[in-house]
Amino acid sequence: MTQRRRGRPSLSQNTSRLQGGDMDMEEDVSFTQTLTQAQRNLEKHSPEQISLKVGELVQYLLIRDQKKLPIKRADIVKNVVKEYKDIYAELLLRAKKALLEVFGFQLEEIDTKAHIYILINTLERGEGDDLKVNDNTAKLGLLTVILSLIFMKGNTAKEVAIWETLRRLRVDPGERHEDFGDVKKLVTDEFVKQKYLEYNKVPHTDPPEYEFRWGPRAIKETSKLKILEFVSKIQQKDPKSWVTQYRDAQEIPRSQAPRASTSARS
Amino acid sequence: MAISESHQRFLQILMSHGIMEASAVRKLHKHCCEVHKVHYMHDKLDDFVDVINKHLQPLFMQIRKGTDENDGRRYYSLVNIAENEVTKMAMDYAENELELFRKAMDLIIDSDNGFASSTNILNLADQLQSKKMKKKEVEQLLQNFVQDKWLIERDGEYSLHTRCLMEMEHYIQSTYQDMVKTCNICHNVAIQGQVCDNCGIKIHLTCVEKYFKGHEEPRCPQCAEGWSQEIPRLSQTDSPVPSTSQKETRAGQRKAISVAASTRSRRS
Ligand SMILES: [Zn+2]
Ligand SMILES: [Zn+2]
Repeated sequence: MTQRRRGRPSLSQNTSRLQGGDMDMEEDVSFTQTLTQAQRNLEKHSPEQISLKVGELVQYLLIRDQKKLPIKRADIVKNVVKEYKDIYAELLLRAKKALLEVFGFQLEEIDTKAHIYILINTLERGEGDDLKVNDNTAKLGLLTVILSLIFMKGNTAKEVAIWETLRRLRVDPGERHEDFGDVKKLVTDEFVKQKYLEYNKVPHTDPPEYEFRWGPRAIKETSKLKILEFVSKIQQKDPKSWVTQYRDAQEIPRSQAPRASTSARS
Repeated sequence: MAISESHQRFLQILMSHGIMEASAVRKLHKHCCEVHKVHYMHDKLDDFVDVINKHLQPLFMQIRKGTDENDGRRYYSLVNIAENEVTKMAMDYAENELELFRKAMDLIIDSDNGFASSTNILNLADQLQSKKMKKKEVEQLLQNFVQDKWLIERDGEYSLHTRCLMEMEHYIQSTYQDMVKTCNICHNVAIQGQVCDNCGIKIHLTCVEKYFKGHEEPRCPQCAEGWSQEIPRLSQTDSPVPSTSQKETRAGQRKAISVAASTRSRRS
């Protein structure tokens, strides 16, 4: 057990964070080094030291993912990689391989500018996987409903429309819910931080109106087709009866292509 | 043998639980084999886990079996076997919270029976060097430690959760060394247990129960003095319960129930 600070503001921390920010820019040099440089750097550390670091990195990513929060490269460097920064790319590559081969998790960079990673489960959710009944299961159910609403409304849904539907399902954003707690906070804050949803102000609205879209984690973890199947199961209708949505769901997602800015609609 | 999706699912689910009781792990083994249509052999759980462990070894992790000191049940948990700084706990708590945990651990390990009273732990609040805490905050923190399966609570006293013992065995042994006693019967680390009034050896409650079973006048296995502590009778759901269990004391039953409750999973 060691002492490690959580992200709590204090004076001394603020300065180190500032330095961290500066460092991040220099870092890009070491992240894009040439092959020979990388090899030379690798030789500076013993193979044992390197595998220890890889193990540490894998555990760090796994623990962070348990909370479904995105992982920043700056935090990986600060908390785990530390003086092994010169071989960061190699460490990450090996950790990525181990996560996929041993744990069945795909490490994905969902924001190539800010260098933010998430783990995507490569295994389909199986029925009966939830031997543990916890609040997450219920929350994921709510999330699926919201993702469905957004998709069925053409990939964007006004906040008011979402609340209205949820109210009809007896989930009132203004009241404390037994399973979800503060519903509004869960949807507009927790799901957004976890990158399941995007929540943005509609341009040129006064008083401001907000709308929801799928976040990058939702795009990676599920698909429009799966969501459409979910909706058709509930409504007991053929998915093809929703012509536009069905066509949209058939399109191969440009998952690796840089995502267009949120204001551009398809 | 190569790792398959059934192994991966097993590992993922075990990890999300933190710690799982053996009977639940057996069900999980069956579930994972069925989902991936792998031939399920109920007596091959150890082999199944060994395959995973072989792949975890280069990453300094391991699925380990541990025994609950209180009820003797077997548990499985994924633990870190490297002496590095990444621990699940260090990432979830602030520095002063970790300091409080270490100080509470000192009290627990220093005690005879492996428990520290909440009063004594609350008194640590203003001894913290990193950042002082209010008593109210410590109370909340203790609840979090219990929910996150680092501590167990029983009648206002705290001890280490089995998961904590499994995860931090190395840390505990290197930090406390001779202070940590080993059980005179099973020779594993003993935090919760009974101590001989005469010679000071420690025995797990479950080991006391087994060792003294049927003894009219129990004597210390080390110094042969009379064993002055009350011999616990814990009901075990895992093993067939002998017919004499009808005569179990109420206190014994209560104890077993509260232990089961305290080892149950996170936030309901
Ligand atoms: Zn023992
Ligand atoms: Zn003795």
